[in-house]
Amino acid sequence: MKDFAKLFSDLDETNKTSEKVSILKDYFMFVSDADKISTLALFTGRKPKRQINSTLIKTWAMELAHIPVWLFEESYQVVGDLGETIALLLPEPMGSQNKSLTDWIAEINSLSTLGESEKKAWLLDAWDSMDRQERFVFNKILTGSFRVGVSHSLIVKALAELSGLEASVLTHRIMGNWDPAVFSFHDLMQEQDASEDISRPYPFCLAYPVQETSDQVKSAEDMETALGSPDQWQAEWKWDGIRAQVIFRGGEIFIWSRGEDLVTDKFPELHRFISELPDGTVLDGEAICFSGNCPLPFNVLQTRIGRKNLTKKIMADSPMAFIAYDCLELEGDDIRSMPLRYRRSIVERIHAENAHQDIFKLSEVVSFNSWQELYDLRLRAREHVAEGFMLKRSESVYQTGRKRGDWWKWKVDPLTVDAVMVYAQKGHGRRADLYTDYTFAVWDGDKLVPVAKAYSGLTDKEINQVDHYVKRNTLEKFGPVRTVKPGLVFEIGFEGINASSRHKSGVALRFPRILRWRHDKKIEEADHIEALKAMLA
Amino acid sequence: MAQALLQFNDKGIYCAAGDFYIDPWKPVDRAVITHAHSDHARWGHKHYLAHHLSREVMYYRLGDISLETMEYGESTTINGVQVSFYPAGHIVGSAQVRVEYKGEVWVASGDYKLEDDGLSAPFEPVKCHTFISECTFGMPVYKWRPQAEIFSGINDWWRLNAEEGRTTVIAGYSLGKAQRIMQGLDLSIGSIYLHGVIANTNEALERNGIRLPPAERITADFKREQARGGIVICPPSAVGSPWMRKFPSVSFGYCSGWMAIRGAKRRRAADRGFVLSDHADWDGLIEAIGATECESVCLTHGSTASFSRYLRELGYDAFEAETHYGVEDDEAGETKVEEAV
Repeated sequence: MKDFAKLFSDLDETNKTSEKVSILKDYFMFVSDADKISTLALFTGRKPKRQINSTLIKTWAMELAHIPVWLFEESYQVVGDLGETIALLLPEPMGSQNKSLTDWIAEINSLSTLGESEKKAWLLDAWDSMDRQERFVFNKILTGSFRVGVSHSLIVKALAELSGLEASVLTHRIMGNWDPAVFSFHDLMQEQDASEDISRPYPFCLAYPVQETSDQVKSAEDMETALGSPDQWQAEWKWDGIRAQVIFRGGEIFIWSRGEDLVTDKFPELHRFISELPDGTVLDGEAICFSGNCPLPFNVLQTRIGRKNLTKKIMADSPMAFIAYDCLELEGDDIRSMPLRYRRSIVERIHAENAHQDIFKLSEVVSFNSWQELYDLRLRAREHVAEGFMLKRSESVYQTGRKRGDWWKWKVDPLTVDAVMVYAQKGHGRRADLYTDYTFAVWDGDKLVPVAKAYSGLTDKEINQVDHYVKRNTLEKFGPVRTVKPGLVFEIGFEGINASSRHKSGVALRFPRILRWRHDKKIEEADHIEALKAMLA
Repeated sequence: MAQALLQFNDKGIYCAAGDFYIDPWKPVDRAVITHAHSDHARWGHKHYLAHHLSREVMYYRLGDISLETMEYGESTTINGVQVSFYPAGHIVGSAQVRVEYKGEVWVASGDYKLEDDGLSAPFEPVKCHTFISECTFGMPVYKWRPQAEIFSGINDWWRLNAEEGRTTVIAGYSLGKAQRIMQGLDLSIGSIYLHGVIANTNEALERNGIRLPPAERITADFKREQARGGIVICPPSAVGSPWMRKFPSVSFGYCSGWMAIRGAKRRRAADRGFVLSDHADWDGLIEAIGATECESVCLTHGSTASFSRYLRELGYDAFEAETHYGVEDDEAGETKVEEAV
């Protein structure tokens, strides 16, 4: 655990990618194979199951630190991270320990059989044997909130440099359903893939945005200059569902989300078409709600994601379909290195041969002869319940991860509203102890009614300025939330709007974020609720 | 009820009986100054009283002022009110101001820390009825490690940078933190180079008889290649400026109590954050307040709401006062508002 805690603080102490890779390499050369796999598991989001709930952990930490609940909560507000707050508040340890990361994870996993008082004794002993940094990392693992500022690609890079294996091969091998207790470092590093995991997905190919913000709208000419002739490109609507990979191997069905979650059971309606795919098929596409021939807005899908029990009613209200746009594996062969136009013909054939076209859709290829034509079509994307276009080079292979050049997303410009900040709350992590999470309101008659919460879109400098304003213009404090004197106007961008009975304003905005601070506007010039309701249609 | 001996009005901490102010933020006739940081020693008063080790820095910062100075333990009488100075341990020349009138004693402590930094006279608790305290770090998550441990971390980092041919740049406030860093450095590793503002401050302190380790001022014609392997000390305002970026392969560290929190450290985008503060930590504040044996505590700046509530739960009569401290260039004011509107 000492090595792992040190790794974590070393990674924290540099902002340079090359140094992070070299720190990771040094670590991997030094620790045991078991710890290598445990580390890889943690760094790729494979956390041990949470065995003690955070309320208990908090309570025991407060007892040990001799501080009242309110002071613990206020400390947490300052620190912005539960594991770190506890690490900072606990008294100095009396002992020390030399257990490895793998040992500690095994201990955490074995807690499930213990009673509450045994768990408490175990935790107090553990804390008493660790320094501040060890406690911090340990708390993060224990509370299931372990995250690290190192991307998968960085850790893969370090492992690739150590082993001589291709980064794309390793990226693929660390995907899927593996269990760090069973999968060994030796298996990972073999020349030939040793895995028998038939559920394993491929790394998703991701697109870069054509334009980062609505400030930098790209014209048809810009597109021509950047991407060349339209005939090298395949355009498809960009759907507003959940990116998913559908796998049918050895008679078994697997559905993976883009976040590498196995979501097979969340979409039982789709199993019908998957089980009739040819064996050894992997499709890339979008899981999306569909009614007849028309995709439904994302908020319909949202109502069922996260539900433990899919009732008949939920399934009836949010009928699922899968829109396929790529084929990655055909009859058990990885065909990602074949050109898109070939893979497209395969998807079309697989689709045509499937009897369940009510739930198995094919992503339509939108034909266009000029960028201007596509530009004009894009402005009407919302009529197609799409977010814009995906542009894919016809000759391109299916890349690993986000690579610039072959796949682009050209989204429709967001809808916007000018709104007034009315509440502020402190952020977490890098934004701890700064007011960074805001609630925005528009006018309803002479009252301001909240319509959106947003916490991204401002620069660090602007955040400091808003923080300064909040601290000097607080009307009331409710726990961590401050009511702020209306004074600042922001342009809020959002992807869609729906009627909502849960919100006082009667509307819910989809994916709201701050586009810019309107220094030039007084609060009286902010929008009225009628303007938003007019967008409902 | 009789008027309180010290009151907070719109100009500063006012003693009506003696007709003087302590650390006033608006121009007044007579100002008693706890220490030379600019949020405590401001421009524009007719007459100043401060510790004699604040003299040269105050002349340097405030120009030709009417200044009277006094030693620790010495006292003077202003309109029948006895005023004396005791060490606050915050920076060189920092003093707690003890005010006594008709048997009632108040102490205005300015900013303070309990650890002996080897430069400023160590903090001495003073018995009083009412203690006016800062609480910049008045949350239990702030607990300092001994400075020897911090300096060994700084020196290890500097040594590694020097071996790899990098320039070490460390930021800390020009009055107090900069000198404290200097005297903690291991000069067998390399040389110290100073930003002009810090060099000026050091010269003022040296005129006051303070001895500091040898260091070179970075002038306009300084060859920046020379700083490779050495350590450059600069004020926080120089961080990220073209001035700093011109040094060859910089490794940048930040010295401040705020570095105790990971989020604050990451926000600074420093390669290293060293938790070194000239303010008392949580335990230090509680210990200092206890040692005064006071009944009432008045909190002037920092986490005043939380800390006063905690003190009330401990049985003190604790209250918050609105002041203008902690908003200038010292660590207390460093919070997050340097770039604010």
